[in-house]
Amino acid sequence: MKPFSYERATSPADAVTRAAAKPGARFIAGGTNLLDLMKLEISTPAHLVDVNGIGLDTIEKTADGGLRVGALVRNTDLASHAAVTKGYPLLSKAIVAGASGQLRNKATTAGNLMQRTRCPYFYDKNLPCNKRDPGTGCAAAGGYSRGHSVIGVSGNCVCAYPSDMTVALHALDATVEIMQLDRTTRTLPVRDFHLLPGDDLPVGEFALKPGELITAVVLPKPVGGKQLYHKVRDRASYAFALVSVAAIIQPDGTGHVAFGGVAPKPWRSDAADAALPRGAKAVTDTLFADATPTDQNQFKLTLATRTLGAVLIDAKAS
Amino acid sequence: MKFQTPAGKNPIDRMKVVGKPHDRVEGPLKVTGAAPYAYERHSVIANQAYGEVVGAAIAKGRIISIDLAEARRAAGVIAILTAENAGGIGRGDFIFASPLAGPLVEHYHQAVAVVVAESLEQARAAAALVRVDYDRADGVYDLSSAKAGATKRASVPDAAIGDFATAFATAPVKLDAVYTTPDQSHMAMEPHATIAAWDGDRLNLWTSVQALDWAMRDLPKILKMPRDKVHMSSPYIGGGFGGKISSMSDAALAALAARVAGCPVKLALTRTLLVNNTVHRPATIQRVRIGAARDGKILAIGHENWTGNLPDAFVEQSTVPTPSLYAGANRLATTRVAVLDLPEGSSMRAPGEAPGMMAIEIAMDELAELLGMDPIQVRLVNDTQVDPSDPNHPFSTRQLAECLHVGSERFGWSKRAAKPGARREGQWLIGMGVASAIRGARTRTSAARARLDAKGIVTIETDMTDIGTGAYTILAQTAAEMMGIGLDDVVVKLGESDYPVSVGSIGQRGAASASGAVFAACTKLRQTIAQQLSLPEGDVDFVDGHIVSGGRRIPLGKAAAAGEIVVEDVLEFGPEMPKKYAQQAFGAHFVEVAVHASTGEIRVRRMLAVCAAGRILNPKTARSQVIGAMTMGVGAALSEELAIDTRFGYFVNHDLAGYEVAVHADIPHQEVIFIDEVDPTITPTKAKGVGELGLVGVAAAVANAIYNATGVRVRDYPIRLDKFMDRLPAVA
Repeated sequence: MKPFSYERATSPADAVTRAAAKPGARFIAGGTNLLDLMKLEISTPAHLVDVNGIGLDTIEKTADGGLRVGALVRNTDLASHAAVTKGYPLLSKAIVAGASGQLRNKATTAGNLMQRTRCPYFYDKNLPCNKRDPGTGCAAAGGYSRGHSVIGVSGNCVCAYPSDMTVALHALDATVEIMQLDRTTRTLPVRDFHLLPGDDLPVGEFALKPGELITAVVLPKPVGGKQLYHKVRDRASYAFALVSVAAIIQPDGTGHVAFGGVAPKPWRSDAADAALPRGAKAVTDTLFADATPTDQNQFKLTLATRTLGAVLIDAKAS
Repeated sequence: MKFQTPAGKNPIDRMKVVGKPHDRVEGPLKVTGAAPYAYERHSVIANQAYGEVVGAAIAKGRIISIDLAEARRAAGVIAILTAENAGGIGRGDFIFASPLAGPLVEHYHQAVAVVVAESLEQARAAAALVRVDYDRADGVYDLSSAKAGATKRASVPDAAIGDFATAFATAPVKLDAVYTTPDQSHMAMEPHATIAAWDGDRLNLWTSVQALDWAMRDLPKILKMPRDKVHMSSPYIGGGFGGKISSMSDAALAALAARVAGCPVKLALTRTLLVNNTVHRPATIQRVRIGAARDGKILAIGHENWTGNLPDAFVEQSTVPTPSLYAGANRLATTRVAVLDLPEGSSMRAPGEAPGMMAIEIAMDELAELLGMDPIQVRLVNDTQVDPSDPNHPFSTRQLAECLHVGSERFGWSKRAAKPGARREGQWLIGMGVASAIRGARTRTSAARARLDAKGIVTIETDMTDIGTGAYTILAQTAAEMMGIGLDDVVVKLGESDYPVSVGSIGQRGAASASGAVFAACTKLRQTIAQQLSLPEGDVDFVDGHIVSGGRRIPLGKAAAAGEIVVEDVLEFGPEMPKKYAQQAFGAHFVEVAVHASTGEIRVRRMLAVCAAGRILNPKTARSQVIGAMTMGVGAALSEELAIDTRFGYFVNHDLAGYEVAVHADIPHQEVIFIDEVDPTITPTKAKGVGELGLVGVAAAVANAIYNATGVRVRDYPIRLDKFMDRLPAVA
């Protein structure tokens, strides 16, 4: 691990100020992803600003009946909060489908949004990776790509985004609150928070400027309906999704659906939602029309349709 | 003591301590963290520096140059080992790739350098500053494409009996199918780790190896030094599964680095490195042909095995179980080996049997279906009490049929739907599968020392190891039974290279061989005590902490009142018993799975293993071994595969995030039943091993259960949903 400096911030504004003072600074909260990457020298921040002591750890009702989740609310606390299990069971189910109990106790809401890819080439410094070392190329394209994205990719990067929580947030139309460098707050729909790789380098990942701090995730008023999260993986626990489906199905068959494991961000569209009453295949035909799978991950397209099909059966049965 | 004839009645038959489910004697040490593993032996020597391995970034080629300038300048760096300053490096008898690359690189993540620094963090930071230029050569990394060029090895001759070709061609019922098993990683919880310290020309190693005798044979050869100048200590081992059989790269690199650094060096292979740096179970392609009569009797069985490795290295001999498993007059077993430039393949738990039975036992399920017979019935029809390859060679014990009967009853096999895909619960398809298990019950000459002190404490010393198996406990039980004392009065010391030489923890030989060694040493101790006390031969017993003779009861410790009595004996296993008897352990595995009708997700719901493995020295530790093996079998069936990037020639998923082993959520109810058995032809304690038996056949039982659930047959492991999802019945 490379030497780095470290300090604790006392408030959100203090954190932003401290980070701005040190080029290359990163915020650290739960550290469940960043510390692993630092040990492997895949992330090598010169300075860490610890934000665990800045508050932002509460869940509050908003004026319009929604929920404001502080950036530092731990995944376990969020998944088990009464307002979440009651109003947003989808979010609770998605969080519990990810990682392990120990990790969820430590991991935070904002940190979960900021998870880096689990692409094995990103993790092996001997291999080309534009995300790790811009300009070196993408070893995963043409390589072991079984777990990689089938859509939203570019020649620069084909990796998949790993979070379960964020797939639910997409289906729930959450927004992200961000403190800017001038300490004012801007908001961004979660749909726009993650960037697709595109043709430019370095590969974009998050719609955050250096030094900006996520302060909260805001959920709109509960929408009801059957809320289901089906995560498909090769073993029963503690693995990233091959495909996951977050679905909110209303009694009339309309709803929202988002897919994980298939793209560099959770994948959904209004047009695909509109196709929901016509069944799983109608949704995935719409959503994955532009897919560019490899031989190894072609199965994810079939699996996406089948998993949504299973979810729709469960929604009827439950 | 020589072992040449079946064991007669002996003190072990009392079964007062042996055969009881005692807790592990070292259990409290382990659960309190007081049992130090190699990397944690902080106090064995002062001034331990930290070594960090730099792994090769190419699979095959040459090192053009190594730039160490920046790394040398980094904080805390003491020395850097490369092939330039390592001195000559030899080759051991077990691992063929060199522990240190240069100028040739033999496989990915082969060590190129070891950076030694004052702290782990400094070593790691400096290791990242080592710059290596390579000349990359093309290699062959894909067994399926190398298969055509695979050749016969002299060490693995073809085994042909009768006329397979004709018998198969004319058989009324024929199965001809190809199965594949992938490269697998041992993934022991404890990574390979060694502390090495030089004392002049003497070398001390605190390390983690399964068989000290092999490590002591191989490491001095690698280091080109005399064996008697080396000492190794390996009392606690956090799993091995064959990945630590002999001395691996960690020991050689720590020793070489300690020499260039001029101080003791502590070194562990990181998880991300060890997969490609050390060894793995090689992939296989297996063609199985079975010709049968309508009554299910096998007329012809052919098993062809293709595998690959570095030149001269280990061969994964999947055909090992085939000659012994089922009857049938016409038989063929062949192995062909391709040269691959992947990391070195080697032994992993039940080499031969584990991958072989993954294929054979699906084939038997397929045969049952072709015959319209129950899969258990097909196995029973082909059961035999003599070696199928030699009718004059009876099995010493063979209770395969008993295992199948008991398992069938206990598991509720009668509830299995004969027709695949017939049982459904909601969106889940339910199925049951069965497989036989067989694993050689071999032994190897082993020795032990026994000490008796004035307090009546018996201490056993042998270089046998305990890799989590329960060796400490069963050897303590053996000694206690022999000497008529309780477990509290026995101390077992293992894993020092200057102790009497044993087989080590290899090939399911440990329990039978090492307990036999303790039997021999304690027999000698009993004799020595009787002589010293001038007791009449033939009227001496050891009961309840006393020596009983001619109506006298002498406290055991009294015999050592004048000084500790120390004896040593070696149990030499002659060729007589294996020559006279086919010696195998048998079992049957039963599995129930649920398969999601839409997504193909597989969940194992119940598992049962029934084992007939001679005397079970400790049902609790034996059960733990079998349960661990069953768990490994679930991984082999459903998820474990080292993924090869054939462009770069390495295993891509080289950590526990990418190489998915079965975790708690994958393992439901597991049950183990041991059939009553003693086998006096194996060893004086009449035991066989179980640690590998518990794995053999499990994956096939899972595969067969999946077929029973879905009607979809998958012949390529691991059985993951992308291989069969589109063949599942249509979802309404």
